[in-house]
Amino acid sequence: MQPLLKVERVVKAYSSKNVAGAREKLLALDGVSFEVAQGGTLAIVGESGSGKSTLGSCISCLEIPTSGSIWFEGRDIVALAESERRKVRPRIQLIFQDPSNSLNPRWSVEEILLEPLTLQGKPKQEKMRQRAVALMTEVGLSAELFQRLPAQLSGGQRQRLAIARALALEPKLLILDEALSALDCSVQAQIANLLMELQRTLAMTYLFITHDLAMAAHLADEIVVMNRGRVVEQGPAEKVLRHPKEEITRHLLAAMPSLDSAARPPLEL
Amino acid sequence: MVPILEVQDLHVSYSLPGGASYTALAGVRFQLMPGEILGVLGESGSGKSTLAASLLKLLPSNGNISKGSVLFEGKDLLCASDGELEAIRGKRISLVYQEPSVALHPALRASEQVFHVLAAHESAGKSTLRQKTRQVLASLFLEEADRISSSYPHQLSGGQRQRVLIAQAIACGPSLLIADEPTASLDPTTQMEILGVFRTLRDELGLAMIFITHNPALLAGFADRVLVLYGGRVAELGPARTVLSSPKHPYTQALLQSMPQILEGTANKRKTKLRAIGDSSAIPLPFEGCVFEPRCPERMEDCRKREPALVNLGESHTVSCFKYGG
Amino acid sequence: MRFFLRRLSHAFLLLVGVSILAFLFTTLAPGNYFDEMRLNPQISPETLAALRAQYQLDRPLPVRYASWMNSVLHGQMGFSFAYNSPVGPLLFVRARNTLLLTITATLIAWGIALPLGVWSAERLGRLPDRLLSWATAALLVIPDLALALGLLVFGVRTGRFPVGGMTSLDFASLPPAGKLRDLALHMTLPVAALVLSALPLLIRHVRAAVAEVLNAPFMLAARGHGIPRRTLLYRYALRAAANPLISLFGFSIGVLLSGSLLVEVVMSWPGLGPLLLESILSRDLYVVIGGVLLSTIFLVSGNFVADILLYWADPRIRTKSGSR
Repeated sequence: MQPLLKVERVVKAYSSKNVAGAREKLLALDGVSFEVAQGGTLAIVGESGSGKSTLGSCISCLEIPTSGSIWFEGRDIVALAESERRKVRPRIQLIFQDPSNSLNPRWSVEEILLEPLTLQGKPKQEKMRQRAVALMTEVGLSAELFQRLPAQLSGGQRQRLAIARALALEPKLLILDEALSALDCSVQAQIANLLMELQRTLAMTYLFITHDLAMAAHLADEIVVMNRGRVVEQGPAEKVLRHPKEEITRHLLAAMPSLDSAARPPLEL
Repeated sequence: MVPILEVQDLHVSYSLPGGASYTALAGVRFQLMPGEILGVLGESGSGKSTLAASLLKLLPSNGNISKGSVLFEGKDLLCASDGELEAIRGKRISLVYQEPSVALHPALRASEQVFHVLAAHESAGKSTLRQKTRQVLASLFLEEADRISSSYPHQLSGGQRQRVLIAQAIACGPSLLIADEPTASLDPTTQMEILGVFRTLRDELGLAMIFITHNPALLAGFADRVLVLYGGRVAELGPARTVLSSPKHPYTQALLQSMPQILEGTANKRKTKLRAIGDSSAIPLPFEGCVFEPRCPERMEDCRKREPALVNLGESHTVSCFKYGG
Repeated sequence: MRFFLRRLSHAFLLLVGVSILAFLFTTLAPGNYFDEMRLNPQISPETLAALRAQYQLDRPLPVRYASWMNSVLHGQMGFSFAYNSPVGPLLFVRARNTLLLTITATLIAWGIALPLGVWSAERLGRLPDRLLSWATAALLVIPDLALALGLLVFGVRTGRFPVGGMTSLDFASLPPAGKLRDLALHMTLPVAALVLSALPLLIRHVRAAVAEVLNAPFMLAARGHGIPRRTLLYRYALRAAANPLISLFGFSIGVLLSGSLLVEVVMSWPGLGPLLLESILSRDLYVVIGGVLLSTIFLVSGNFVADILLYWADPRIRTKSGSR
């Protein structure tokens, strides 16, 4: 079956002037390739600066790669005209790390949810409200919260709201850019469960960008390890975690805080 | 040995607009020995940041410490004057904040920031202070010290900023360090580095530390004892190894079980639900009875009626749960 | 360096643009200096025509502009019909008088606003702060004209302050100390008027900027390090709150020449204000354009100074512009 998403040799370069005034090219992504099957979860792991967030921006059409192709549902979104790309955008949604930054602090929960519905062109007020209530239920939020402001919600609730908003556009692919990292541990478990439930009921495909290997291990079918804009290792989650081939993967595994490090010697740095 | 810090029956509340008040901490008590690392485990709303702020009386204007005492080297900090507190903060007890990106002054260089802390407490001449600044930064940054010294916060990475904050904290040689989620915004490798820095500080300088976090995994192999905070109360307190491997309080148990772990046989557990603590978020704390009761999988009749007292389980491990008496 | 050069060239282009606009607007405005004379039957049309030719009023616009520009570059800035002398020296003397007033007032106003604003921000919401807020609101509401007149009345009633002019009649014969005292006495009321009208805005801005910074995490962290209150307030808070205040300061510099017009007219201070007013009413073309140009120079310089100060004060601007 055709993969839902196929990234082929994507390169993203930024040019800037360094202190001496010379033009420098910064390769955020240097030839990244991988595939994601429909209904599956792919985790992209790596350290800060490895390019994972840039990859997320490129796939969600927030940025255009310098070269390479991104095949989504059989079409190369890099090669599309802007008008066509705009039609594809709703089908790929991005959830950010800090929900307090991605939610308008002056809008109520209801307004935040209604915004994408309005953009979709759903005309009837009543229909929109019903859909908004349905979305809230789907993510486990009570409709009583409709008039609250984001600041009056907990971190977990905000992230659920961000997910509900993303779901309003009925996307096929959800990119979660460190979406759990800012949450408390037990809340992470709740949201992770929610995501798995949604995958089951809505056949959602996830691209899970994170530096938390333990969560990636739990949620992902496949893992892609990135370093400095390149894919250094990829494969089924089990394989990458049990038998890492690359030094970097081993390093990431060793740096992972784990509850049985009581038995583990402190990391040699 | 005399404990360096002794917190007794601390009660802290915040006054809300409209006259209501919100209890952030109730009856918190613990001791800290010199050179010991105490991990305080708590999630948002547990009162952990309030605890850190209360120890040095740095609460915002609507916070009040209604009861209790904080004995530092025998003297009650809560009764100290502003001047005495200013002299203690940064010099005898230091605070390392979370979010290094905003805890540093945006328009001052790293060396200047450390310099100001030294200047506030030591009366030596400028050149001596500058010398000391260099020493402190060198001890934390090794070869890169010069470049870091003259850099501004926005030119440094998260880990580097955190080290500058640590430099500020240890510059005057304190005997107690309070770190509030110091690794929250860092990636795992940097997290490990910073933990290593803290460990070195304890080993080389004999610093006692209170390390506040919401991630139990960070405390494994690092903290000597762990205090679990829930709803402003001490749920459990004991040696780290015991609390983390065989926790007694239902909250601690549920918390540790909800964390994904890469263990043997993970393949079977992959993509199964984590044992989350209840499904709905933000249940308000009950007015009477045990604070954890609404989400406790093992609640009993008594749990709703009154709060459990701290029960000693031996080996200085205490729990506040009716399962064990109280 | 590139930063300065870029800003400087922008400023220069702006000045040229403004001069063209000013020239256009004033010359295209209906009427000219000689209209008054035309009403006078004793002056013959030929005389008028000759006068007009002498002052080049019959040449096409671009030519007049070019010759005016030329005269600007020579420091003369055209010719005043009313005073029968080059505009340049006339303007400069009056500008000097104005600057004497406004620079003093600006320094005093900022000198009061900074500590008061910081003091107020520290006690945000509490009684002292609220009292100050009411006072500044009251001051803000009172029109400058009323303030100036009120001060004049005060001056007349107490008799201790001269109520007009810059110097006394016997100024030239006074000893240097006496001259200074005389000048200071004459300046008191106008400066007071200017300070009182500028204070409310400044205090509010300082208070707002500092209040915002006082709650910033790095302030709390610094308090946690035991940094004493005074250093915290002035070294840390003001430094971080500097950005909006520097822009405001640039504005203060910008209005050094133009902000005191009303006060000067009411209190008969021989500054740029009354001259400009008079020249506009009598269509003394080149004086008006010269005045506008001079004011614009100050405004643009004010912005320029603000940019330089911002560059110096905020390292984020410094390093960003270096790496672009």
